[in-house]
Amino acid sequence: MRNHGNADVSRRGLLLGAAASAALTATPRHGQAMPADADVPSAPHPGPVPIMNPVMNRVSLTVNGAAQTLEMDTRTTLLDALREHLRLTGTKKGCDHGQCGACTVIVDGRRINSCLTLAVMHEGGSVTTVEGLGTPAKLHPMQAAFVKHDGYQCGYCTPGQICSAVAVLDEIKAGIPSHVTASLTDAPQATNAEMRERMSGNVCRCGAYSNILEAMTEVAGQKMADQQNGRDPA
Amino acid sequence: MKFDTPAAANPIDQLKVVGKATDRIDGPLKTTGTAPYAYERHDVVANQAHGFILGSAIAKGRISRMDIAAAKVAPGVIAVVTAENAGTLGKGKWNTAALLGGPEIQHYHQAVALVVAETFEQARDAAGLIKVDYQAEAGAYDLAAARNGATVAKGEPDSTVGDFNGAYTAAPVQLDATYTTPDQGHAMMEPHATIAAWNGDKLTLWTANQMINWGVKDVSQTLNIPEENIRLISPYIGGGFGGKLFVRSDALMAALGAKVAGRPVKVALTRPLMFNNTTHRPATIQRIRIGATREGRITAIGHESWSGDLPGGKPETAVQQTRLLYAGANRLTAMRLAVLDLPEGNAMRAPGEAPGLMALEVAMDEMAEKLGMDPIQFRILNDTQEDPEKPGRPYSQRQLTECLRQGAERFGWAKRDPKPASVREGRWLVGMGMAAGFRNNLVTKSAARVRLDGQGMVTVETDMTDIGTGTYTIIAQTAAETMGVPLDKVAVRLGDSNFPVSCGSGGQWGANNSTAGVYAACMKLRQSVARKLGFNAAEPHFADGHVSSGGHTVPLAQAAKDGDLVAEDQIEYGDLDKKYQQSTFAGHFVEVAVDSATGEIRLRRMLAVCAAGRILNPKSARSQVIGAMTMGAGAALMEELAVDKRRGFFVNHDLAGYEVPVHADIPHQEVVFLDEVDPISSPMKAKGVGELGICGVGAAVANAVYNATGVRVRDYPVTLDKVLDHLPEMT
Amino acid sequence: MRPFTYERATSPADASAKAASIPGARFIAGGTNLLDLMKLQIETPAHLIDVNGLGLDKIEETPDGGLRVGALVRNTDLAADMRVRRHYAVLSRALVAGASGQLRNVATTAGNLLQRTRCPYFYDPNQPCNKRQPGSGCSAIGGVSRQLGVVGTSEACIATHPSDMAVAMRVLDATVETVRPGGATRAIPIAELHRLPGDTPHVETSLERGELITAVTLPKPVGGAQLYHKVRDRASYAFALVSVAAIVQPDGTGRVALGGVAPKPWRVEAAEAHMKQGAKAVTAGLLADARPTDDNRFKVRLAERTLAAVLAEARG
Repeated sequence: MRNHGNADVSRRGLLLGAAASAALTATPRHGQAMPADADVPSAPHPGPVPIMNPVMNRVSLTVNGAAQTLEMDTRTTLLDALREHLRLTGTKKGCDHGQCGACTVIVDGRRINSCLTLAVMHEGGSVTTVEGLGTPAKLHPMQAAFVKHDGYQCGYCTPGQICSAVAVLDEIKAGIPSHVTASLTDAPQATNAEMRERMSGNVCRCGAYSNILEAMTEVAGQKMADQQNGRDPA
Repeated sequence: MKFDTPAAANPIDQLKVVGKATDRIDGPLKTTGTAPYAYERHDVVANQAHGFILGSAIAKGRISRMDIAAAKVAPGVIAVVTAENAGTLGKGKWNTAALLGGPEIQHYHQAVALVVAETFEQARDAAGLIKVDYQAEAGAYDLAAARNGATVAKGEPDSTVGDFNGAYTAAPVQLDATYTTPDQGHAMMEPHATIAAWNGDKLTLWTANQMINWGVKDVSQTLNIPEENIRLISPYIGGGFGGKLFVRSDALMAALGAKVAGRPVKVALTRPLMFNNTTHRPATIQRIRIGATREGRITAIGHESWSGDLPGGKPETAVQQTRLLYAGANRLTAMRLAVLDLPEGNAMRAPGEAPGLMALEVAMDEMAEKLGMDPIQFRILNDTQEDPEKPGRPYSQRQLTECLRQGAERFGWAKRDPKPASVREGRWLVGMGMAAGFRNNLVTKSAARVRLDGQGMVTVETDMTDIGTGTYTIIAQTAAETMGVPLDKVAVRLGDSNFPVSCGSGGQWGANNSTAGVYAACMKLRQSVARKLGFNAAEPHFADGHVSSGGHTVPLAQAAKDGDLVAEDQIEYGDLDKKYQQSTFAGHFVEVAVDSATGEIRLRRMLAVCAAGRILNPKSARSQVIGAMTMGAGAALMEELAVDKRRGFFVNHDLAGYEVPVHADIPHQEVVFLDEVDPISSPMKAKGVGELGICGVGAAVANAVYNATGVRVRDYPVTLDKVLDHLPEMT
Repeated sequence: MRPFTYERATSPADASAKAASIPGARFIAGGTNLLDLMKLQIETPAHLIDVNGLGLDKIEETPDGGLRVGALVRNTDLAADMRVRRHYAVLSRALVAGASGQLRNVATTAGNLLQRTRCPYFYDPNQPCNKRQPGSGCSAIGGVSRQLGVVGTSEACIATHPSDMAVAMRVLDATVETVRPGGATRAIPIAELHRLPGDTPHVETSLERGELITAVTLPKPVGGAQLYHKVRDRASYAFALVSVAAIVQPDGTGRVALGGVAPKPWRVEAAEAHMKQGAKAVTAGLLADARPTDDNRFKVRLAERTLAAVLAEARG
């Protein structure tokens, strides 16, 4: 039914909405049918390793408000799709393993590490990168606060810090608890401890943490003031 | 401009722009993701292919066989580069190990191959298809085991003053303690990365490099091509901390790959490769002996340090500060270097002083306790205003005592209970610690070119780099001050080997020297302007975008109405650094809380009071200090490249395994700069601060942990397992 | 990363059937662990079955008063669910102690249970590892093992299970629901999901080939003080050296499970008989068979002290 050695036809049904344009030239390495749980490990290079062509796939998504359709190797992470295919290099590759947060973007309203997700998994998704928040001529309030409080040094983790910072204030507002939230049943507040804990997935080796916190505090304060003004019955 | 006499009053002293807390001029680019880093330069050259480096699977030995056949025919693969087809390579002056290994392997994850392919995914996959057979050899990987065989390093003789052994033996109060610091990684956020492009025999490297001119020279030596055929471009660098002082395998392999592929190639080191492929701060074993009178006067001070490196490498100069920091008539410092087959040891932020003070300043704390003295008083009592090895050679400025006194007052040091383990708040044991900070001020020549155009815009060009240090902004401030224009009338272009050769970024020498070079070029430009405007009288006055002399005031831009005026100059130094010891000082104060049950150590407050000459931009200088304090906190509490002593590699070679501080680890940090100008250092009267902030902070943390718990940890990092057995019994 | 084909599953049964029949197939949900390992060629699937669209992302009350957590409920959403916060606080606490906000936004309930060890030797394909390459040896034994296991380990493997959430699930007596390739479902007590390494450390769970976790069911709330205490060098975004999940009833009885010490969430029900006697007695039961290395011997004492702190906190 499914012939991976001649996938052009069979994969058409397999890859939703995708035009498969390449085929495997040899059987996958684990030709013995690996279970879908984590039971069977792979040796680094046991014996001859088959050579396989990339599998191409098309994905359509919205990035910073603009519709994009990309034809890409299935292996392409969202991060590399942004940086290499769309040339949106504001999102940084710091570790490529979910250990630093430099690649943080906001997908469908949530911050995620774009290095640990495949672009192909985001069909129809909406991505906001640092470029989508503001421009040098028109900075987002968080970007402006980072400049004012010197919330960066080398600048490499900065886009991820800013995307995270924007999302963190939303997460607090949405009542999502954190490790330092004292009472699980009360709404968390934008305290220093809350912001520090929630930002901890964004490593800054230059050590701008104290300044980033000040930038966030300023923006959180502005947001609170705006909300209060908005609620003013007058 | 030759700087050989102390600076008199000069245009910088106006302090209209210099010395003002100033937002970074590169801030809008960095915060919007539009500042371009090396790997991202889609704009500079078309048709870039992707390179992926394969690292050695063994630490020491030889490649007996390498099969690249499968990789070569893998989809998308354009070329595979190994030592076999790379041609004859030299080695750069600043590299210890070869950047491309094979057949000899010198350390784990040494590059052995580069696969160039159409896409990153293809290159990475094909690299996994290379089969390498190794003949592993036994290596030395354990510093403690190699300690006895360590020898005096070339050019690093022991320093002796008086009779250390005699005075130490005779001292009524003695301390003899041994400390260890582990291997540490720079772990800058931007991995080493390069795009290489050849145009005929000319090579351009868009790369992440702190020292452009060193880089040009080392690429020249490694590839055996003339320096004039090489261009390095590094306008933005995502952190360096010494890890990007030198050309690394990304640059070499990209250049080789581009040659073989016949098109531009870009290469970034993967994070798991970085820790063993590149350099690190070497581990040390440090023995410190201090002898003092009962009144607390140091009569003998000795500091010996053992470290290891690959053959031909250098010692970690952990004894440096001990030659200068405290008084004492009888002195000894010594360094011994063992041959280790671990990855290459080299400079990391404040090499020498950072690990050296982690030991010395705990020893001072221990000694103060033995003497029954307050640790601040003990340090103040042993302050010196001259080089203790060369009596009569003064410090240009030395406000260590003032740093300590002000710090104590601001931090509430008087509230510290000197008896350890006596303050408890709920489940937390609370303690305070302090340490002196010390880092030398290095002067070195630095050049710049400045251009005035018909719009009155001043453009500065120098190969100086900004690695997060705030260089763009302080250079702009310097040019604005000197030329009498507002900051937005200055453009700064950095990090290009086509620009005049600067001091580069390292050793906290960048700020003072690079701005002094810009100052020199601006002073030359002022002369051209004056000549052009026909101001022959006394030195004209440059202010508010105008030039005035003898009652005449004309717009500065007028001088360039017939075409740009360009001036180039460099700062060069005489022997003021020989006549005077030039150093920077700090008092570090830390409060910690230690979980009485688990031993988890959390920082509560940090303060640094710094004396470092004129502070050119208090905003970015403060950031440099808090950043260094953060790195120092990491060194104190968590950072350790764990060595597998059987297999010879750093095991925790990623950012999950090698923990550096995160937001939640760092409390509010306060930084105070003492009012200081140092006319001995340069026309800027400034010194560096970027490394001072890490110097001493680790010891302050360790001393605070001691004060909190009564546990004296002498082996860094100070982790919970080292205090756990000594915590209070639990009910 | 080897090339792979990709498809989106249309139903759990379909996903399971395909995973069993397509060579080299793996499920992908959050992907935060799988992609990490694929980049290092530790995982080399030839085909990925994306299960994100299966609608397994709901948290529903069960007829007996418990909660049924869909396999694809994200860690953030599970931690933030008010029913979980009120009645299964230990689970909420464990979740927010893990990873980072970004990862929790993506990581799923089932994926969290199935994440693989963080042993650095497992993560370095140049090093022998019985889990990665059966029979090659364990280079962690005699190597750097501060983070690694002290109990439940074997001569073949001393890796730990890295999850925080699973430790809380274990103390809550959760049940894992699955669907098998033929479409049949089954319920696996959490205690039986993870296997000890023994001579086969590469066999990590009791799931069959192609079997897909569809939900995790929590029994009706048991009340008590529910605490999760995670101990680590770094204050956040770090794996546990030791963690303690505990449910302590007003009468002093209760349940305890440990994380960071064993190849699976570590609970010994018999040890809980000693709850009223305190941490020392309970830990003695929990870690009676501990075989620590020189590097991680401290974990035994750390577990006892952490539990003591948790019990003290539970007492108020």
